[in-house]
Amino acid sequence: MFDTSLTLRDLMFLAEGAGVTILVTAISVVIGTLLGILFGVIRTQLGPVLSAPLTFVLDIFRSVPLLIQLVLGNAFVGMVLQIQISGFTVACMVLSLYTSAYCAEIVRGGIEAVPETTRRAARSLGMTWGQDMRYIVMPLATRVALPSWIGLALGVMKDSALVYVVQVTELLKSTQILITRLQEPLFLLLICGAFYFIISFPLARFGGYLERRWSND
Amino acid sequence: MFDYTFQWGQAMARLPRMLDGAVVTMQIAVLSMALGIALAILLTVLRLSGSRPLMAVATTWVEIARNTPALFQIYMAHFGVASFGLYLSPFASILVGITFNNAGYLTENFRGALKAIPDTQSRAGRSLGMSQIQAFRYIVMPQMLRISFLPMTNQMVWAILMTSLGVTVGMNSDLYGVTQDLNALTFRTFELFAIAAVIFYVITKTITLGGRLIASRLFRY
Repeated sequence: MFDTSLTLRDLMFLAEGAGVTILVTAISVVIGTLLGILFGVIRTQLGPVLSAPLTFVLDIFRSVPLLIQLVLGNAFVGMVLQIQISGFTVACMVLSLYTSAYCAEIVRGGIEAVPETTRRAARSLGMTWGQDMRYIVMPLATRVALPSWIGLALGVMKDSALVYVVQVTELLKSTQILITRLQEPLFLLLICGAFYFIISFPLARFGGYLERRWSND
Repeated sequence: MFDYTFQWGQAMARLPRMLDGAVVTMQIAVLSMALGIALAILLTVLRLSGSRPLMAVATTWVEIARNTPALFQIYMAHFGVASFGLYLSPFASILVGITFNNAGYLTENFRGALKAIPDTQSRAGRSLGMSQIQAFRYIVMPQMLRISFLPMTNQMVWAILMTSLGVTVGMNSDLYGVTQDLNALTFRTFELFAIAAVIFYVITKTITLGGRLIASRLFRY
C-alpha cells in the first residue's frame, strides 16, 4: 500500500475531479438556494391548500433517488427535447432543483419559526409586507435555517458524487478511473474519502456550533 | 422540435420485473435498517460508556458515515475491503455500505433523543436497584427509540433511495439495477426510468405516511 505507482500527474487528475465536484456543488447550491427561498416564501404565503401543486412537485424531488432524477433529466433533454447540452449542464440543473426542494422546506421551517405576533407587530408599526420580510422575518428565520442549510449544502456536495451518471468526471469518478488503471483501490479510495471528509467535517462542526449557539433554550 | 414518440406500452410490459426489483430494494432497505438500528444502539452505548477508546470508535464511525458520500462508503465496502482479500458480493457490499451509513446517522439521531430524556430517570432506575445496563435497557432505550421514531422513518426513506447506488458495484436485481438492464435491452430510457421513479415515489410515500400513522397510533400520550 505504501509502495504506490501514483504519479504527480495522477494527483493532478484527482485534483481536477475535486475541482469539478466543488464547481457542480457551488453552482447547484447557489441556484438551488435562490429557487428554494422563492419556493419556500411562495409556500408560506399561499398556505397549504393553494400551494399543494408546488408541494407535490418538490416532494417528488425528495422521494425519487437522485440517480434516477439525473438519468431522467438527461433522457428528457437529450431524447425527448433533443437539445444538445453537456452532461455538466444537466447535472447542474437537476442538482439545483434537487437542492431547491430541500431548501424550500428549510426556508418554510425558518419562516414558520417566526412568531405570528412578531410579524403582526411589524405590520401594525406601518411596515409593508416587504419590509416585514426584510427586517423582521429574514434575520430571525436565518438563525433557524442556517444550520440546516449548511447541512444541506454538504449533503449536495456528497450527492454530487452521483453526477458520473451523466458523464461528468467528478472526484469519485476520477478516482475510479485511476483505480481501473493502477489497481490500488484502497489507497486511492482513502485519498478520495479524505478529500470529502476534510471539506465536510469542519463545516458540519461549524453548523453544529451555530445550532447550539443560536438555539433558544 | 418535439417529435419524440413515447412508448409507454413497451415499458409497462416490463412492470412485473420492475416490481420484483422493488421487492429486492425493500429487502435491502429493511435489512440495512434493522442492522443499522442494532449497530446504532451499540454505538450509543459506546458513546455513553465513558471509556475513551470506545468513545473514539463510535465518534469516528459517526463522523465518517456522515461526512463522506454514501457512494464512497459502498465503493469502500466493495473495492476497498477487497484489498484485504475479502470479496463481498454486490448484495453484501450494498448492504454493508448502507448499514454503515444508517448506523452513523441513527446514532446522531439517538444522541438528540437522549438529550430529551432527563438524567433523573436513569438515576431513579439506579436507586431502584437496577444496574447501569438495566437502567439503559429498560428505562432510557425505550424512550430513546420512541422519540427518534420519526427520524427513523426518514432514515428508512434514505435507505430506500440509497439502494439505487447498488448498481455501481454490479447489483442488478434491485429496482434501479433491473431498470438499467431493461434500458440496455429496449432503449426506452425515459419511459422505464419514469416508471421506476413512480415506484420509488409510492414506496417512500407509503413509508412516510405509514410511519406517521403508526406514530399517531402508538405514541398518543
